[in-house]
Amino acid sequence: MERTMQNLFDLEVTVNGIRHAHAVEPRTLLSDFLRHDLGLTGTHVGCEHGVCGACTILLDGEAVRSCLMFAIQAQGHEITTVEGLGTIDHLHPVQEAFHEAHGLQCGFCTPGILTTVVPFLKQNPDPSEEEIREAISGNLCRCTGYQHIVDAVKLTAEKMKMES
Amino acid sequence: MKPAPFEYYAPTTVEEALSLLTEHGYDAKVLAGGQSLVPMMNFRLVQPSILVDLNNIPDLAYIKPDDGGGLHLGAMTRHHQVEISPLVEERSPLIHSAMPKIAYPQIRSRGTFGGSISHADPSAELPSLCVALDGKFRLRNQKGERWVPASEFFIGLFTTVLEPDELLVEAALPPMPARSGWSLMEVARRPHDFALIGVAAFVTLDEKGLCEQARLVFISAGESPMVAHKAAETLKGQAPSPEVMQEAAEVASSEEIDPSSDIHATADFRRHLAKVLTRRALERAFQRAAGTE
Repeated sequence: MERTMQNLFDLEVTVNGIRHAHAVEPRTLLSDFLRHDLGLTGTHVGCEHGVCGACTILLDGEAVRSCLMFAIQAQGHEITTVEGLGTIDHLHPVQEAFHEAHGLQCGFCTPGILTTVVPFLKQNPDPSEEEIREAISGNLCRCTGYQHIVDAVKLTAEKMKMES
Repeated sequence: MKPAPFEYYAPTTVEEALSLLTEHGYDAKVLAGGQSLVPMMNFRLVQPSILVDLNNIPDLAYIKPDDGGGLHLGAMTRHHQVEISPLVEERSPLIHSAMPKIAYPQIRSRGTFGGSISHADPSAELPSLCVALDGKFRLRNQKGERWVPASEFFIGLFTTVLEPDELLVEAALPPMPARSGWSLMEVARRPHDFALIGVAAFVTLDEKGLCEQARLVFISAGESPMVAHKAAETLKGQAPSPEVMQEAAEVASSEEIDPSSDIHATADFRRHLAKVLTRRALERAFQRAAGTE
């Protein structure tokens, strides 16, 4: 990690499998780095204080709030954003399930929920409804009333079982 | 809002971190998991000129047993690691039971044990639990180290005895005595939110089944973890009857806590909740101590 003039740091980070090298100010939030520097606007920014969950990303496979990390802290780590889960032609099972089960309305909270659900189902492939509700307790949705999101997570679990 | 500019240091050893704190002392803030500090920086409630980031010091993340049956947690141990640790479940069931109540899964992947303790938020669980369990903390600076009991560590709102050149490096929890029981009860508007009020009860029975020792520590009930000494005193030497527990709950909730009113609840309502929760928490703790749960 090289420090340059104007208090910039050379950041090297892998995002969705691609290595990036960028000069960043230490105060740049990871969420802003992903959106503004890399153009990955799938990561949404809601509250910027860790409550809403819209900015959730995967840091070395774990769901974390990207608004509560500085980009520079991702040095040497692997990040997956919602753009890295699947492709338009090959959606991730969680994306297929949310599509099929109507797990979203406006879609603002969806990237954060998808990135939360992926590691959750890896740890717990056969969750109860209560466990699902616990798992998404850190993601606010103001449209759906959550019922269809819970259904979509159940459907994801089924799809992932079929796949494996 | 975005954080104000700061100088950033990412030491890779504790020694390096201590040297930075010695040099920058008052101007520096230590960045642990960042789940409280970064929101405060985003709102510019705090604007540290220097950040010392501990996330690249792997030596500070561990959960170790000691020979006496106690537990040692490195300051940078993430909440999620504590939550899933079989050792914590076995040796400190009170901490184990509390972990899912601490914020949300995404916060627990990142937040740290030592960070929560050092931040000293009176509405956080871990500070009060460490007091209830009679834990102690190891503080280091360049000159050496000192152990401070949890009961003496928290001195006010977001304020601890940590000096600017000191770092909390470890929390130690003593073994659970025989015939001891515990309970944590909280009321929050939504699960995982900061509790409107909460209480941790830790009790020990003697061989005759009388209360030998009791500790009641309240969350969101004042400027720091609030210890109900008088209420605990009323329990000592008594058989744990409903009347005795009710009396302790009355004393604690009316005389020994200092909750404030805010948009979520009035102080009176918090006192009422404290009374009900204390009685329930004591019932549960005594049941566990007696093995009749």
